[in-house]
Amino acid sequence: MLITQLKSKETIEALTPGKVFIINCHGCKEVRFPEEEAKALQKELQDAGRVTGIFTTDYICNPDNLKLRLSYHESEIAAADAVLVFSCGVGVQTVSELLEPKKVYAACDTFPLPGFQGVTPLQVDCAQCGECFLNITGGICPLTACSKSLVNGQCGGSKDGKCEVDPNMECGWERIYRRLKQVGRLDVLKCPVQLRNYANDVAIAE
Amino acid sequence: MKITELFSRGEFVVSAEVGPPKGFHIEGLIEEAKEYLSGITAVNVTDNQSSVMRLGSLATCKALKDAGLNPIFQMTCRDRNRIALESDLLSAAMFGIDNILCLTGDHTKLGDHPGAKPVFDLDSVSLLYAVKQLEAGVDLGGNELVGEPPKFAKGAVVSPCSDSLDAQLAKMERKVLAGAEYFQTQAVFEPEKFISFMEKAKQFGVPVQLGIIIPKNVGMVRYMNANVAGIHVPDDMIEELKADKEKTKAGITGVEIAARIIKECRPYCQGVHIMALGWESKVPAVLKQAGIC
Ligand code: SF4
Ligand code: SF4
Repeated sequence: MLITQLKSKETIEALTPGKVFIINCHGCKEVRFPEEEAKALQKELQDAGRVTGIFTTDYICNPDNLKLRLSYHESEIAAADAVLVFSCGVGVQTVSELLEPKKVYAACDTFPLPGFQGVTPLQVDCAQCGECFLNITGGICPLTACSKSLVNGQCGGSKDGKCEVDPNMECGWERIYRRLKQVGRLDVLKCPVQLRNYANDVAIAE
Repeated sequence: MKITELFSRGEFVVSAEVGPPKGFHIEGLIEEAKEYLSGITAVNVTDNQSSVMRLGSLATCKALKDAGLNPIFQMTCRDRNRIALESDLLSAAMFGIDNILCLTGDHTKLGDHPGAKPVFDLDSVSLLYAVKQLEAGVDLGGNELVGEPPKFAKGAVVSPCSDSLDAQLAKMERKVLAGAEYFQTQAVFEPEKFISFMEKAKQFGVPVQLGIIIPKNVGMVRYMNANVAGIHVPDDMIEELKADKEKTKAGITGVEIAARIIKECRPYCQGVHIMALGWESKVPAVLKQAGIC
């Protein structure tokens, strides 16, 4: 079971000054989604004429489903500067992967709640850290893609693009760097020092 | 003494590295350091290097300081959370140890306790930031320190011959923004790569010490080429080590190679850092041949 919480309006506004395409995932029953708050924020964006299109679906973490849905909205997505995803971290990463090299941003933070997890077979992973970093890591989760869950950049252990822990695994920060370069957002690597907040870990705090 | 003072005076700063033993008898290490390393600026003490459990870096730094050497306290983020790291920084300040080197650290799986918990609560960047906060009199929890805050020369590392050089430079910049005042590099065997790295690193305006490993034999360099990130020993150097087995065994070839690399890179950097890996006794010869001291 997990819960998503809307990032602050200022954070979301700061992501992109331009037009956005919005994807909502009302997902699986394992995820609690902040429907009302999301709707209100999206209405504001729409009133400001900044939304090229919206769709709401479930299980965006299923790439086949998602691919089909995205194909109905190709021109609207092309007209947007960025895609804003209101879902758990897995959903955002799935969208980001399929829409490469489009800028894809997370509008929510994902927290764990005791109970069942969703059971969709996954290609990407989210550790429900409660302070989603995807917006500064090119839509690739640094917690699950990097063996040390580093949030401030690559360690010195990457060799031939592979992780020091597992030569069969691509270095997560190598992927993040490449992605940021591709979307022209290397500037985010100059953001302030990132500190994990383990107090967000509901499962541990309780 | 803070090594940053020497950099600002324009000195070419020489440091070397020692690894504490797996045990608490430290007399041998101190004697060797006194004999071979007392002529240089500072001595790094590694922190459970390669995730292999050993005597602590802080305690070894204190022993070196008592013996009249100038230690650099290496800290990795693998084994301690932010509370323990901050506390150890205060302990270092109490001992008068004022040079530190902040690293993320190797993963636990690479060492001799592969089942241990990898901590990485902080990383090299956030550790540097934590030090800067302490220097301003507050800890990472936002609480004020009692009395005068500590002050350190804050160092970090970078890998100039890495195959992910752009990502390394981006990380280097983050370290500078977080407070790094000097850098020591991973071992360099390809001066051209180092020089072109320095062209790019210059913009950050922080002193860089060239990293040197004295190559001991063909087996060692082949091992490094296959397993150590950011190190590549070129073929002609391997041939050189192969050519005269006796000379290589006596360490003469390795010393020649190390001195040559230093000479070639010296105009482009602000110091040299030698990781002798047990060959501390060869350090004076390397420096002499390189024309340093
Ligand atoms: S950074 Fe990773 S673990 Fe944290 S919420 Fe985002 S996807 Fe999940
Ligand atoms: S090599 Fe890459 S993936 Fe592995 S721990 Fe270092 S930064 Fe993370």
